[in-house]
Amino acid sequence: MTANPISEDGSLSGSRLERLLRAGHFAVTAELGPPQSTDAGVIRAKASLLRGACDAVNITDNQTAIVRMSSIGAGTIVLAEGLEPVIQMTCRDRNRLAIQADLLGAYALGMRNLLCLTGDHQQFGNHPTAKNVFDIDSVQLVQMVTAMRDDRVFQCGEAFDGPEPRFFVGAAAAPFGGPVEYRPYRLAKKAAAGVNFVQTQLIYDVPAFGRYMAKVRELGLHERVFILAGVGPLKSPGMARYMAKNVPGLLVPDELIDRMTEAGAAWAGKPAEELTPQDKKARAAAWKAEGIRICVELIGRIREIEGVAGVHIMAIEWEEAVRPIAEGAGLLPRPTLEEAAAS
Amino acid sequence: MITAERKPLEEVKDLIGEARNVLVMGCGTCVTVCFAGGSREAAELVVSLRMATRLAGAPREITETTVQRQCEWEYLDEARADVEQADVIVSLACGIGVQAIAERFPDARVVPGVNTTFLGMPTEHGIWEERCAACGECILGITAGICPIARCAKSLLNGPCGGSEAGHCEVSPDTPCAWQLIHDRLQRLGVLDVLMQPQPPKNWKSSRDGGPRRIVRDDLRLAGEQE
Ligand code: SF4
Ligand code: SF4
Repeated sequence: MTANPISEDGSLSGSRLERLLRAGHFAVTAELGPPQSTDAGVIRAKASLLRGACDAVNITDNQTAIVRMSSIGAGTIVLAEGLEPVIQMTCRDRNRLAIQADLLGAYALGMRNLLCLTGDHQQFGNHPTAKNVFDIDSVQLVQMVTAMRDDRVFQCGEAFDGPEPRFFVGAAAAPFGGPVEYRPYRLAKKAAAGVNFVQTQLIYDVPAFGRYMAKVRELGLHERVFILAGVGPLKSPGMARYMAKNVPGLLVPDELIDRMTEAGAAWAGKPAEELTPQDKKARAAAWKAEGIRICVELIGRIREIEGVAGVHIMAIEWEEAVRPIAEGAGLLPRPTLEEAAAS
Repeated sequence: MITAERKPLEEVKDLIGEARNVLVMGCGTCVTVCFAGGSREAAELVVSLRMATRLAGAPREITETTVQRQCEWEYLDEARADVEQADVIVSLACGIGVQAIAERFPDARVVPGVNTTFLGMPTEHGIWEERCAACGECILGITAGICPIARCAKSLLNGPCGGSEAGHCEVSPDTPCAWQLIHDRLQRLGVLDVLMQPQPPKNWKSSRDGGPRRIVRDDLRLAGEQE
């Protein structure tokens, strides 16, 4: 894992996220979805909501197979805004040539963190008639980029002539995907491929995640891979129910759905058509406040689990929520690199 | 087998256009077994086309023949007389049969009457499922006899992805997750540790990605010459 480090702290990439994690800080990452347009202003606005509230921010790559500004393009703007991006890269839209070429460019532009994903199938996106690629998969992508960094070779085996890209290499983990008993071993496979960190799917069922982590510790994986638990605020009881039912690998306990419903109880007596716009606004605010409260509590409980190195806060199209969540969970202010070096 | 589905009648009519002499040609092998293009389906198409012709009022000669295999010259040659007097041939064979006709009879106009779908098998009466993508480098030996190239929606070599839930694939609740199947069978066979080793990127060169493929068997060629 420390093959060819570039700094004394054993950092492979020099990324801020990596250095904080190696210094033992409980890391906070967040997510920024690029716009479905060329609007750089959207990215700047989101970046200003996230600056100082997290250590690095994931820039999604055509998430859910909907065309958006590219992760590397948006990442360049984010970098200029003073935030450290985590470039997401899926295997759905690019073959091994395109991925390597894009990563050379990303590194040259200053990106240091990479998240290797298989990618959602295009059928639910906005171009369902597209041809997908899947030349390589996420595990092979991890292998490819770690070999570029540690062995200084392209996927074909040819050696680099000039400087190689040195990414802090991440991947996703789905603790509750099927088959559940295999999931810790799948993390072991990603560790064997050379992954440095993982961000998990959203965790709402802490005991179930605890069982996953127990197995992960038994396999010693928490010592080889930094594990960032995925968390996110619920927006409404409807969203909670929808996610519980429709998103693969996501467990939302009834108790949390009930709490969300309860938060809107004051408006529950009236039929929807009798609610004034002000009522609806107040109800949405009450739901959101409860969603943030639940998220803060989840972080508190997840932090207690041995082997969890940080949290990945996914507040999709609700970036405003990240700061109050991090604040509420006692994770602000974020440490500086000087503090990381001193500790 | 190669599976196929019948094209909608409207599309076939459009493909035929104004042709006066129409020959519907079935194939007696794969498409017969999957009820898409055998002699029975050829006869049915002829009936439908004749009815449509009568409604349209334009005179038209529609005949039918079915050969054992449209993908072999010998069988095609048996239908030469029918082919030569047709203005258009509606081939109910897979895409290979259609191309074989085009290749064997340079002056014939041939159109497909079916959509060739996949390499698969019937799993229930009236249901066929894909099993192989003819990738040219078979890996069934390490995947417990279940093909992830053809049966995983993303052709993953290191599945299952995060979209696998309750045994089905993220693309549809009706599609079993190939990697769940592989996992379960490896477990049953007591060799689950196969799933711990990252599989390297596949060599797609032997697949369609390497361009049109060709097999040359010198031993058979020599034997053929000596006969
Ligand atoms: S591995 Fe290739 S050859 Fe073997 S069944 Fe799958 S697609 Fe067919
Ligand atoms: S859910 Fe299973 S079959 Fe579907 S893409 Fe993922 S691994 Fe492949």
